[in-house]
Amino acid sequence: MDNNEVTFEQAMAELEEIEKKLEKGELTLDESINFFRRGVELTKYCNRKLDEAERSITMLIEGENGVIEKELPELDQGR
Amino acid sequence: MTVSEVNKYIKDMISRDGILSGLWVKGEISNFKNHYSGHFYFSLKDEKSVLKCVMFRSNASLLPFVPEDGMKVIIRGYVSVFERDGQYQLYAEEIQPDGIGALYIAFEKLKKKLEAEGLFDAAKKKKLPYLPKAIGVVTSSTGAVIRDIINVLSRRFYNFNLKLYPVQVQGEQAAGQIAAAVRRFNELDNVDVIIVARGGGSLEDLWPFNEEIVARSIYESRIPVISAVGHETDFTIADFVADVRAPTPSAAAELVMPERAVVENRLDSLKLRLRNAVMKKTAMERLLLRKIEGSVAFRQPLNKIYQERMLLDVQKKYMQKALSALNTNYRNKLSLLAATLDTLSPLKSLARGYSITKSKKDGSLVRSVHAVSIGDRLEINLMDGRLGCTVESIEEDSNG
Repeated sequence: MDNNEVTFEQAMAELEEIEKKLEKGELTLDESINFFRRGVELTKYCNRKLDEAERSITMLIEGENGVIEKELPELDQGR
Repeated sequence: MTVSEVNKYIKDMISRDGILSGLWVKGEISNFKNHYSGHFYFSLKDEKSVLKCVMFRSNASLLPFVPEDGMKVIIRGYVSVFERDGQYQLYAEEIQPDGIGALYIAFEKLKKKLEAEGLFDAAKKKKLPYLPKAIGVVTSSTGAVIRDIINVLSRRFYNFNLKLYPVQVQGEQAAGQIAAAVRRFNELDNVDVIIVARGGGSLEDLWPFNEEIVARSIYESRIPVISAVGHETDFTIADFVADVRAPTPSAAAELVMPERAVVENRLDSLKLRLRNAVMKKTAMERLLLRKIEGSVAFRQPLNKIYQERMLLDVQKKYMQKALSALNTNYRNKLSLLAATLDTLSPLKSLARGYSITKSKKDGSLVRSVHAVSIGDRLEINLMDGRLGCTVESIEEDSNG
């Protein structure tokens, strides 16, 4: 499975789709198990995505060679 | 023509005029009378002229203030004729204090124009990403707005990524800067949602967000834009163009980022339901398997064979019985037949003195004198041998 192409939203949507299919109970046993495997992979992937993003708060400043990003520590009160 | 006809004619002419049927008029109120019926009667004047005005109760009751003499206002309404007096007057539908009123007119005008161009089309609205990798914010780098946004985001989802493009949010420069910032984010393509925000303020304060240049930059943005300008009751042009309008900057932060706990819960519950669904499926299959395993056919596979064999045995017994019965039957018949046969045996007759005559020619039995001729050779069979004879005479019995 190549998850690099999948966005978080797509993963969530697929997960919900799989859940619906499984709960309908119209699949064969093999299909159910395959979907279940895929579902578990997707939940893992989604959880990883939730952790992946780095907290960063920056300010964009127009410099001579384009935009520079500068930290905004004085505003960072969330900690 | 009668007087009434003239007045009626003029009224019809005026009511057909496109300009007079809907216009904004600026002036100063004088001779204001708040009639007991609830209608307002007054005049609107400028340095040179006076215009008679009336505002009916249905509109007057909606005014948030009571006009008074000397007040500078802008009035929306239409011009028509009061036929009885032959008097044309302005029928006021809405009164705005001047100043703000001017802005209000500009607002309405731009709103109408952009609406006609399709900038507010619901079909053009972009969907917000569920979990933005980076959030662009266009607002002042100082002040409560950015602080509020960061606080709300931190509470909902700690590890967010925010890029602030600092701009002035009021004054001459503001609109241009805001529009430029939105365009810059689109050039850099480094965020997947933009919040355009400003705290509360007067209509003049919020004015940059009613400028066409800002509206166009938002409309042209490929990245979804959330507008969050002023308080809940403030509506700006930016709000109409934006993909989503948030009532306040804090609300924008809530809209843009899901609560991490909620997402995690959803994920957990999805996982659980997935597991339950599969377990239910396997449990069901297992039950079915058990049932099949437990069925008679599988429990005693030889039963059928035994049963068939038993049937076969019974059948065999029947057959044997039937066969032996048949045997006895035939035996009895046979002995009976033999006895009958015995009585019929010609030998017995021969012993009693009878003889059997056959033609020598063809061995046929001779039963009648008509069957032979004189000279025929016959064979006569007696009890203990045969005689060869020649027919010498033939006598037929008279009654024969």
